[in-house]
Amino acid sequence: MHKENAVPVLSGVVGFFDDPESLTEAAAKVRDSSYKQFDCFTPYAVHGLEHAQGLPRSKVPYVTGIFAFTGTATAFAWQYAASATWWPHIIGGKPMNSLPAFVPIIFELSVLFGGIATFFGMLAFNRLPNLKKRAFDPSITNNRFAIMIENPNEEIEDEEEHVAFSPEQAEQFLKSVGAKDVRKVYNEGWFS
Amino acid sequence: MATANHETLKPIQDVLVTGDRTFAEVNEDVARPLENFPTGKWWVCFIAAMAAFFMGAVLLLETFKNGVGLWGLNQPVGWGNDVTTFVFWVGIGHAGTLISAILFLFRQKWRTGINRSAEAMTIFAVMTAGMVILTHTGRAWLAAFWLLPYPNQRQLWPNFRSPLEWDVFAVSTYFTISLIFWYTGLVPDLASIRDRAKNKVRKFLLTIASLGWRGSNKQWVHYEQAYLIFAGLSTPLVLSVHSVVSFDFAVSQLPGWHTTIFPPYFVAGAIFSGFAMVVTLLVLAREAFNLKHYITMDHLEKMNKIIMTTGMLVGYAYAVEFFIAWYSGSTFERATFINRAFGDYWWAYWIMVSCNVFIPQLFWVKKFRRSIPVMFVVSLYVNIGMYFERFVIIVTSLHHDFLPSSWANYIPSWVELGMFTGWIGFFFIWFLLFVRFLPSIAMGEVKSVMDQPRKGASHA
Repeated sequence: MHKENAVPVLSGVVGFFDDPESLTEAAAKVRDSSYKQFDCFTPYAVHGLEHAQGLPRSKVPYVTGIFAFTGTATAFAWQYAASATWWPHIIGGKPMNSLPAFVPIIFELSVLFGGIATFFGMLAFNRLPNLKKRAFDPSITNNRFAIMIENPNEEIEDEEEHVAFSPEQAEQFLKSVGAKDVRKVYNEGWFS
Repeated sequence: MATANHETLKPIQDVLVTGDRTFAEVNEDVARPLENFPTGKWWVCFIAAMAAFFMGAVLLLETFKNGVGLWGLNQPVGWGNDVTTFVFWVGIGHAGTLISAILFLFRQKWRTGINRSAEAMTIFAVMTAGMVILTHTGRAWLAAFWLLPYPNQRQLWPNFRSPLEWDVFAVSTYFTISLIFWYTGLVPDLASIRDRAKNKVRKFLLTIASLGWRGSNKQWVHYEQAYLIFAGLSTPLVLSVHSVVSFDFAVSQLPGWHTTIFPPYFVAGAIFSGFAMVVTLLVLAREAFNLKHYITMDHLEKMNKIIMTTGMLVGYAYAVEFFIAWYSGSTFERATFINRAFGDYWWAYWIMVSCNVFIPQLFWVKKFRRSIPVMFVVSLYVNIGMYFERFVIIVTSLHHDFLPSSWANYIPSWVELGMFTGWIGFFFIWFLLFVRFLPSIAMGEVKSVMDQPRKGASHA
């Protein structure tokens, strides 16, 4: 990342907004425009913005569901194997497969597996931890909102495969949807 | 009415953040204690907590060297202050998840001001409880052998039909899920603190801790979904944990323990004691760190209402236990309960009833619900009362067992009391470090329930 004289790669063009309402309206306009790669940046989760931005529902629940069920199955299999085959003992007159007594651990392990999977699933969907893209403005985690029209060529090294993208036009477009302060953002890592 | 005067309309929603704060001021207010050298008061508390913990640690070391014979336990009272302290701290650890998960599912927006510190309290309380219960085994360094199921050469397995084994899973799952729930909530706020950081080392550490969060809405969508799932998972979890703790008693055959009311009774008691501890801590924290705009009197009043409600639930459980002891016709059950209220431990029983049932009745009066000194004192009494509740349940049931010749009384030894103080110190060390180094108000969530900046309005 520390190449001398390296030309910085354009990440995109960003426009700032002062309130969530203008941001949501502008996001809907960007969604309906020809700019397909864009994202909004907000200090907190703005409700309704995901619809304006045209984002699909998160798939995190599927991850939770699959792992929670794995936890259920693991807990039952493990307790059954340990109590009925590996170390069979009659305790309190209960049968070897004393299912009601296994329920608490079955429940706990379902929650444990589901919860841990939710956390890592959320990180994976969000590409966190993110080392490659530095936050472009400290006001985003404070009190301002932004839309970034992303440079579609950012990740493509071969210039012949680049699609047409004019940052100047994107800046004009962001201003036309109400952005107050518009600027270009270059690709910078956190630690470069 | 198109001509309705907006000035005369009352807000439909409660004002959750007072003082007309802007988003930027939220960051300022929350970050202030983190970015300044701690005050003298903080150091006094921290040194006191360290001293208490040091004393407890020395006594714990003595216990490790000499064995649990240093405690006042005897036959038949094999569980005393140790298990009482464990249940006490696990109970306190229930308010955080109640606030963060159950109130989230019920869309109680007032939770945002207090959830971060309540969750932190939960985690530290469960950590304390875990330490207490591990050291209560006497040889804590061997506890993993006994508690965790793992394949071993001797081909031994723990008894999965035992509530004590369920407890291992319940408490450790509860700790893990609470921790990741709390950390997930912290990520955007750590990013806020990171973006203000001037010092390079500080910025570096916060960049790592915040996972490089940028506030992208594509991330918020997954984040919010995960948060909702955590709330959904934690809600039954929090109810299960104290139910399982109560099974430690209820599944046994002992009169006084062997009752079906225990799970809901323990859960209500846990919420009761947890909220009392939250009130104790928040009354101090909002004063010390000037967070009165975020932890408002309305927040405290709502918590006081919950304290009174759960206090009466607990009182109802006390009454039902007595009724069933009579109604069941079981002589042993009846003898146990008469002994509880009028036997050698009558004082512990009536401390419990006074602190948990009578004193919180003050909160019927609005003036008392909204008075800082009153709620602070009541919350301390509730904490005391809930310690005695567990003491009463454990000790009075054990000390009169089935054979009158083996009856014996139990009083904690000074070693146990010193260790009890030490665990309080342990808890407060963590809590004080938390308010010093991490944002104690969930900024990202508070902003979403504040008066939003309007389109076209000038934004100072």
